[in-house]
Amino acid sequence: MAGLLAAAVGVLFAGGTWLVLRARLFPVTVGLTLLSYGANLLLVASGGATLAAASLAGRGSAAPADPLPQALVPTAIAIGFATTALVVAIAVRLYVVERAEHVDGAPGEARERSAAARVEASTGRPEHPR
Amino acid sequence: MSPLAHAPIAPVLLPLVAGVALVFLSRAPIGTQRAVGGLAVALELATALALLAIADRGAPFAYAVGDWAVPWRIVLVVDRLAAWMLLLTALVASASFLYACAGEDGEGPWFHALFQFQVLGLDGAVLTADLVTLFVCFEILLIASYALLLHGGGVARTRAAVHVVVLNRVGSVLFLVAVACVYGATGTLALADLAVKAPAVGRDGRGLLEAGAGLLLVVLALKAAALPLGFWLPRAHAAAPAAVAALFAVPTAVGGYAILRLYTLAFPCFAPGPCGPSGLVLPLGLATIAFGAVGALAAARLRPLAGWLVIVSVGTLLVAIGTFREAGAAAAVYCLAHATLAGACAFLVADLIARQRGAAERLDVGAPLHDVAGLATLAGVAAVALVGLPPLSGFVGQLAVLQATAAEAVRVWTIVLVGTLLTTIAAARAASALFWRPATAMPDPADVAPAAPLTPGGARPPWPARAATWTLALLLVALTIGAGAALDWSRATARQLADRAAYRDAVRSVGSRAAPPVSH
Repeated sequence: MAGLLAAAVGVLFAGGTWLVLRARLFPVTVGLTLLSYGANLLLVASGGATLAAASLAGRGSAAPADPLPQALVPTAIAIGFATTALVVAIAVRLYVVERAEHVDGAPGEARERSAAARVEASTGRPEHPR
Repeated sequence: MSPLAHAPIAPVLLPLVAGVALVFLSRAPIGTQRAVGGLAVALELATALALLAIADRGAPFAYAVGDWAVPWRIVLVVDRLAAWMLLLTALVASASFLYACAGEDGEGPWFHALFQFQVLGLDGAVLTADLVTLFVCFEILLIASYALLLHGGGVARTRAAVHVVVLNRVGSVLFLVAVACVYGATGTLALADLAVKAPAVGRDGRGLLEAGAGLLLVVLALKAAALPLGFWLPRAHAAAPAAVAALFAVPTAVGGYAILRLYTLAFPCFAPGPCGPSGLVLPLGLATIAFGAVGALAAARLRPLAGWLVIVSVGTLLVAIGTFREAGAAAAVYCLAHATLAGACAFLVADLIARQRGAAERLDVGAPLHDVAGLATLAGVAAVALVGLPPLSGFVGQLAVLQATAAEAVRVWTIVLVGTLLTTIAAARAASALFWRPATAMPDPADVAPAAPLTPGGARPPWPARAATWTLALLLVALTIGAGAALDWSRATARQLADRAAYRDAVRSVGSRAAPPVSH
């Protein structure tokens, strides 16, 4: 059981790290998601991975599983989900203004100015309002 | 329980209530939002002062949120260090709020709500007494800071926000991994319990515990912008709206605060030795000073220059923390206050200048400045304090750091003093370019075009902007004049940090439910 969990965590972290290092908006977003999943699994494992323990105290004769990690994981999932949504929103915004999917945006100062001009053209107002 | 016993929850509740109220008021006139936000900030400042008075009585003051039974409960602790950080947060938040009211808060919706949520995360991270609540509070302040960074929009802000979000998302994942490692090795996440259980971990769990403690250092170094993980700071702070950049001085300081707290309280087993994660803090601080100084010399624009100077002050702070001696901790407490106020002040001054010189805020060319005397005074105070020249607070802090590191004078003093020399050169070069030859410098039209002056026609900036900047500058002067009192407080704080038993007793004895013997 512990070996299986460890392998899953390892695969998720390896894949997530590789995708984050791709430095393109979409793979980075997916990579961050994989990393969060890996961390959540690791949290579950930190309470001791057992198959026989009762999931709720007082049900059955077996000793209950450690409840603390089970409380931590939903918190981590909720926060991870929210921030991933935010990453997607910001990534889409960067793609819209830059038309480039690299996390650094379009290279060079010339492209920077053209991007600002494009924002102005598309929204009808300068990049910095007022 | 007397009402006073609930005082430690107030710095969390106030911004929470105000933030939620401001979410519903986001379509209200900006004046209403400012009134509600201003009231909240004023109350937060009053609360911080009251808690400082409570902490000054001597013993740490704990509060069990919801009064849950022992293994699951969440405890907030007000001690001298926490109260000090709360006051700093409230002071910088007041100045930042005032500056935002000069017009930046109207650049987009939600500013005031996000501002309160940022304060909520900061206060919670300072008060908490366990690792999970620390994680949650960091996430609250990070999510608020992503949105604040994007406030007002623009290509530069979006690009900086992508970097900050991705970096901090990875940091959060590492935080969770660290939490899992520490919990797996010790079976507890409360800081006070870790102090007892971490040294008792046997050979089996030792590696896991050290990995967890090391990963926590990585995460906190990312927050504090220490060397290998600090390259995001100048870009992000330069792109952010000025009021937000000033407020961002606090999360950086909270990163340093958390390093001080965790490695003196929770992982004392690693503190004295040269190896282990906490042995890395001092070398990291030195490296941060060196790179920050080089970055400051290379900076060609005003706000990135301020960002690099902030990184140098973070390095000095880490050097003070990294000694893990009482004198070092006392210097760190003073430096926390100084670095936060000076960093915030520098970004506000930089913005006042940049608004007049054009959006690109290049040091070599720009429009001539109005109100040179006032701006030069402010810039002088911010730069002298941040760099660490006499007579201002940076010098006092640096002197305390040098005294605390006298045992390793050759290595530490050389780097700290050469770093000061380099940053002095960088700041002096910027000042002479800005204030001594403004008449000959002509603006590059392409640079000036997107500028958004606070008031059209280059008139004096509105009073809230000037008042906010002057407030921070005067606080720096006050920190210098009151250096004796502040250093006494810092030494008392360091003594309290060393007394881990008092913290543990405060946490164990709080709450109406009797604490059973801790088992795991």
